[in-house]
Amino acid sequence: MNQQTLSFKHGVYVASRGTAASMKEGQGPIGSDIDQIFDDLYCGEKNWDQAERTLMRTAVLQCLQKKKYTYSDVDLLLAGDLNNQIVASNYFAREMGLPYFGLFTACSASMATVTLASVFVDGGFARRVVAATSSHNGVAERQFRNPTEYGAQKPPSATFTVTGAGALLLTNERTKIRITHATIGKIVDMGMTDPNDMGSAMAPAAADTMIQHFKDLSVAPSNYDLIVTGDLSGIGMPICKKLLQEQGYDLGDRYDDCGLIIYDPKQDTEVFAGGSGCACSAVTTYAHLLKKVEMGQLKKIFVVATGALMSPLMTQQKETIPCIAHGVVFEHVEESG
Amino acid sequence: MKKETESREKYKQKIQSFQVKRPVIQNCFRAFWVGGTICLIGQGIENFYMKFFDFTKDTVAGPTVATLVLISVLLTGFGVYDKIAQYAGAGSAVPVTGFANSMASAAIEHRSEGLVLGIGMNMFQLAGSVIVFGVASAYVLGLIRYAFSYFM
Repeated sequence: MNQQTLSFKHGVYVASRGTAASMKEGQGPIGSDIDQIFDDLYCGEKNWDQAERTLMRTAVLQCLQKKKYTYSDVDLLLAGDLNNQIVASNYFAREMGLPYFGLFTACSASMATVTLASVFVDGGFARRVVAATSSHNGVAERQFRNPTEYGAQKPPSATFTVTGAGALLLTNERTKIRITHATIGKIVDMGMTDPNDMGSAMAPAAADTMIQHFKDLSVAPSNYDLIVTGDLSGIGMPICKKLLQEQGYDLGDRYDDCGLIIYDPKQDTEVFAGGSGCACSAVTTYAHLLKKVEMGQLKKIFVVATGALMSPLMTQQKETIPCIAHGVVFEHVEESG
Repeated sequence: MKKETESREKYKQKIQSFQVKRPVIQNCFRAFWVGGTICLIGQGIENFYMKFFDFTKDTVAGPTVATLVLISVLLTGFGVYDKIAQYAGAGSAVPVTGFANSMASAAIEHRSEGLVLGIGMNMFQLAGSVIVFGVASAYVLGLIRYAFSYFM
């Protein structure tokens, strides 16, 4: 381990990808890349908590079915979501009946689970590991904000939690997508307190992880075709860019944010500054970006999932918001040879 | 610790230019006309009850408020009230309809946890503090009024 960056020497590969989301994401710019779209927020269930579990189950099943695997072909499950006691992951894991770790790292859960899964595979402890991540707009609103139907005006800096789930199956057998490095983030807290402006709070954490990554590997941003952050939104993205510029790293046009890829805030004003939530980086990366990596349209990408590790209780106790960002490098490889 | 506070202050200043401010003047205008319209509707309902039913100026307030609350709860249930509120802000939060919305939305939200522990316990989640401080401040103001009337 090079300061904070892990290099996977033996080879960790993405064997399969599965994603599910609701109508809103389905109608968005990358809707056609998502495996399964549900018509509403209930996904055929009685309540939103069950709906989120269904999203996660669907994503995992989609991921496994593409390889004709069943649950028993998997060695280990790593999953994370936004809810209290990460109930979507825990209650889904109950169905799978596999060795399991649940992770709470807020919206950085996608890359946190992928990082740990890669460690297991690269270390030779497991052959096939599933990393699953989900979030649900209704569940997140209830937990972090107000009841969904409550009439409170949101500011333009607010973000919209993505309803969806993504799952990756990682293996040591060679495929077209290789995971080469992962950078584990540190908590960064610049004293922001506004839960309706997560972008400004998380941008320094994203910048910190990126700078550390570039330093650890002695590479420049130009080493990557694309660098994306998880859910910094229209507010946090330019801040992150500026923070990197101050340290002498010019991201230029190769930088984007998942929250602005999955929705188009210009077309859809309901999402305010952009998308957020665990599923924001998971669905965008697994469905859209990794498809491009698989096809070779993108050779090397660096995905930095950002998480605001806040709790409404702590916010009311006037605490500032601790933030974190974990980054993973995905690389295109030719299958033969 | 001091260094940390300094860097935080610096960061706050640095990001100021990136932050989007709430459009205050536009929000005030919208709150004014939507809030006013809600009150106008209320006045219309009041006049209607006084003209066609046997209500006086003193007794008409009850049924008027009840009607407004009913409309607000229905709009909340159909998922419209929060959209109005995003546009109107304080305009739809301040009138009695906003109070009804806060209770109805909390009740809908916690329906999955059952009638007693879900709806019953959570209905006043948002409205609770309005009632607490409403009653407390009414008591204090009542005392002041009483004191004035006693000495004057």
